[in-house]
Amino acid sequence: METLIQNLVAAGTFGGNTEIVAAVAIFVLSAVVFLGIAFPFAGIVSWVERRVWARIQSRVGPNRVGPNGFLQWLADGVKHVCKEDVIPNDADPTLFKIAPYLVVLAFTLPWAVMPFSSSLILADMNVGILYMTSVTALTVVGVLMAGWASNDKWSLIGGIRSAAQIVSYEIPAGLSIFPVILMTGTLSMQGIIKAQGWAPQHWFLFANPFTFIAANILYISALAEGNRTPFDLPEAESELVAGFATEYSGMRYLFFFMAEWGNLFIIGAIITTLFLGGWQFPHVTNNIIAMNILQLITFNAKVLFLVFVSMWVRATLPRVRIDQLMTLCWKYFVPISFADMIGAALWVAIWPDGNPVMGYLMLAGGIVLAVVFVQRVIFYARRSRMELYFHPTI
Amino acid sequence: MSAFAEYTRNIRDAVTSIFEGMAVTASHFVRKPYTVQYPDRTAVRVQDTLPFRYRGILEVDLEICTGCLACERACPIDCIVITCDKDPKTKAMNISQFDIDIAKCMYCGLCSEPCPTGSIHHTTEFEGADFSLESLIRRFVKDPIVAYKPKKGPETDPRIAPLLSRGMHFLDQWAQPGGEKPAAEEAE
Repeated sequence: METLIQNLVAAGTFGGNTEIVAAVAIFVLSAVVFLGIAFPFAGIVSWVERRVWARIQSRVGPNRVGPNGFLQWLADGVKHVCKEDVIPNDADPTLFKIAPYLVVLAFTLPWAVMPFSSSLILADMNVGILYMTSVTALTVVGVLMAGWASNDKWSLIGGIRSAAQIVSYEIPAGLSIFPVILMTGTLSMQGIIKAQGWAPQHWFLFANPFTFIAANILYISALAEGNRTPFDLPEAESELVAGFATEYSGMRYLFFFMAEWGNLFIIGAIITTLFLGGWQFPHVTNNIIAMNILQLITFNAKVLFLVFVSMWVRATLPRVRIDQLMTLCWKYFVPISFADMIGAALWVAIWPDGNPVMGYLMLAGGIVLAVVFVQRVIFYARRSRMELYFHPTI
Repeated sequence: MSAFAEYTRNIRDAVTSIFEGMAVTASHFVRKPYTVQYPDRTAVRVQDTLPFRYRGILEVDLEICTGCLACERACPIDCIVITCDKDPKTKAMNISQFDIDIAKCMYCGLCSEPCPTGSIHHTTEFEGADFSLESLIRRFVKDPIVAYKPKKGPETDPRIAPLLSRGMHFLDQWAQPGGEKPAAEEAE
């Protein structure tokens, strides 16, 4: 980012005025990131998600609008924009209108520290991961505001549930970030990624058993914070109609779900940065642009895999009950993540530079787990005695 | 069982059951979806997969219609309207109107049973949706035509013989319990 601005200033853009060049460059880059990546991603992911569920449920899913239904998200968006924006008589109009924007704001702010590649990052803050976890928690304000302003019992219960859920799961999520911070000694996103290597045995996921547990707890807690199944209690149709979004319609309704789908990318990016080596790619070329493109592809591939896993989880697990949700958080995740943090601290105290043998051992364990998993998948696919079909679309 | 053992067992159960559950759902990625993408993306037309005796929209082969009015009399809801009169000179039956109101028809099949030649019969066609009730009235006679007169002995006219054999086959199938399989199934 700095080098880009320096080059532009040296080329005499805007009369060589550094402030104006920096402001315009940041404005243009953020506009490109939000309009070109964040919002289309939220839309496309809604289509991908529906296709993935459909395959898991032996259906086909939306496949009529555009090639394989790819433009379904645009059709849905246009439909929502055209719908009437209803505000109930007894609702608090100001809060009711602001709430969706706050939720979208909580989804757009984390993109500022999204480390796409070694130089493609809007702002490499020295408190990057702390900033990320704190601005994503801003969702709770919007959701609670929506629930309260709707003046509706379903909305209110949905909003309160969401608040309780997000606040509770912040604790295991925050504690699971600690092992990585203990090992790197930095909160900066780029600093954490640079402390890892491109090979899996140098990822923090396989650094030691404690980081492996931390990664899993962080992923599950992030799903709970993003109101994803199996923790989508605020939107439980069977109990709460649509939770905090019950009274919303049209574009405001869409904003909530755009933030929900977009948050999948944020969840994936946090896990990728902390545990999966971020954009790390072997140094194959000295061309800085080619290297950055490779890193961008690596980062996005890892994030999209995690997004896919969250869809897969959503199609697999049923929704938990509210007491089960709280039991899971307070009786299981909080004590385990505390013990995990202490274990990781001891590990760092014994091996300050990490244990290189453990990386290979953990990687071997991970490969064994994956092989067992594939065997189970083959077992279930064979047992169904159905025609196998490997094509991703139909 | 001690509380701690139960605690660890809960964790183990949760992890292993989620592991197995994910394997079950992952196995669906290599299975073919069940969905039949009616109407435009089916391997075989749905009409061809239906049994021969399927009671779809009625059809009349006017070439073998004798103008006996048996079907009109049999129809319990009077959805068939036939007008025919005997030409005083040639002594032949002239059919000037043969209308079936598909909107009224209840697909009971009572009209096709008494038909002596199998002229009026059900097809496997079922997509009858339209924008107006009038267009659901099937008018089979455009210009008045002469009714078919059965001959003694086998039929010799090459245009009528296949129609007649089809009609008789329909009546035979209708009279038997079970009937025959659809054309698409036989082809396999």
